[in-house]
Amino acid sequence: MADSVWSPISASAMRATRVRSRHSAVVRVTHWITTLSFLALLVSGVEILISHPRFYWGEAGNVLTPPLFKLPIPASRATVPTGYGYVLPDQNGWSRYLHFQSAWVCVLTGLLYVVFALLQGHFRQNLLPARADLSWRGLSTVIAQHLRLRPASEEEAWSYNVLQRLTYLLVIFVLFPLVIWTGLAMSPAIASAFPAAVAVLGGQQSARTIHFVVSVSLVLFVLVHVILVCLTGFRNRMRAMITGRPAQDMERL
Amino acid sequence: MSKLSRRKVITTGLVATAGASGLAAAAKLAQRYGLIPPDGGGLYGPGETLTYAAQRLLTRHSLAREFNPNQVSKPPFANGVAPLGEAFKRLQEGAFTDWRLTVDGMVARPASFSLGELQSFPGRSQITHLSCEEGWSYIAEWKGVPLSHILNLVGTLPQARFVVYRSIQPGWWDSIDMADALHPQTLVAHGMNGGGLPVAFGGPLRLRVPRQLGYKSVKYITRLTVSDSLKRFGKGLGSAPPEGGYAWYAGI
Repeated sequence: MADSVWSPISASAMRATRVRSRHSAVVRVTHWITTLSFLALLVSGVEILISHPRFYWGEAGNVLTPPLFKLPIPASRATVPTGYGYVLPDQNGWSRYLHFQSAWVCVLTGLLYVVFALLQGHFRQNLLPARADLSWRGLSTVIAQHLRLRPASEEEAWSYNVLQRLTYLLVIFVLFPLVIWTGLAMSPAIASAFPAAVAVLGGQQSARTIHFVVSVSLVLFVLVHVILVCLTGFRNRMRAMITGRPAQDMERL
Repeated sequence: MSKLSRRKVITTGLVATAGASGLAAAAKLAQRYGLIPPDGGGLYGPGETLTYAAQRLLTRHSLAREFNPNQVSKPPFANGVAPLGEAFKRLQEGAFTDWRLTVDGMVARPASFSLGELQSFPGRSQITHLSCEEGWSYIAEWKGVPLSHILNLVGTLPQARFVVYRSIQPGWWDSIDMADALHPQTLVAHGMNGGGLPVAFGGPLRLRVPRQLGYKSVKYITRLTVSDSLKRFGKGLGSAPPEGGYAWYAGI
């Protein structure tokens, strides 16, 4: 026997195996590891941020430097003038340990994803938009459907529309690389070894500011992503990303 | 019943065994080549070890960026320090002429240098970044004796792996590995922006480690101890910051 399967093959099992998986195993596993590491990066990132909620442009910046902008929130350091009469507790120690450990997990998972996605043709098949969809007509049709809050058709549950494809490509190939790059550019040791990677961004404080803006963009993406998952059928979408098969398929059998 | 093929079980088993033995071999190699930081245990140990090992493999000899005089931050920002003790104030009243830097541990000729002696040693001046873990930074010109010059004078023994440095401020101490200790830009700094080193910035004597965050540049240093291990110092985590929850290696 070429492939010994322990369970007896029934007619329904035959049909179930014929139904392709919505998301490949690599996509599902890396999706959830990324989810966990992103949450850890977000919580620890916010903790680090509140020790100095001011942003600058250029190489150097501190409370004596005019900021590019500052967040109207209290800080966890008494040296930062915030206008609030109190100082939040300092949580930077564990936050920094967690931030960098989660960054390793996130980056290594991302590399695994990209390598497998290239090998499996995932980008080409599932994320690269068809040329026809990229026309103004194609784009405006999808946007109009969204604006009218038209529910997704059944075949749309098996594929991504052009807006989804463009968004995922932006997140995977622009936002994530940028957040990693700006994060590394803040490291004094990395800056010493790769000075050009800092200079191109405009300096270490510019890198920190871009890191913040890109992180906010990623949080907005996650919010919209989760809201759309809820609106289009939370159970079904979750099931597809956990088991690989949307529930509607099981019901049809 | 899930569809578990024998082939899948065997493959998974083989991959898991290979992975586990690969990790064990990597840990042994890392230990041997000094790629595991003193705070490399515990919950965040894997992340810290990956960071420190990667930096030691990739950036051991890289030089911190040096800036132009017109990029010096005016005025620089002096972070707050804990109230200075009686011992410091007595030395301050004597204009720090009695300030001494003791060098001991695994060295051939333990010594103690006065501030004046240190100032007479061949110096180096560099305009570098000081980045705080909080997110702010400033650029300043630092003048001092390369730590490597002092280590050569006292003669470090071949088994030396770390230099521990202590502040006159109680409980404030840190350490760096020999890669950073012998690095040409690691200074025992006694001058800043063309003058002496102000007390607010760590004067009269501060260690400057420009390839790491500001907290590694300990202010008011009085003693250097060369060692082959950090286990006997404090809680054995390498420095005071890990005891308060901050990483030992701050090059990130």
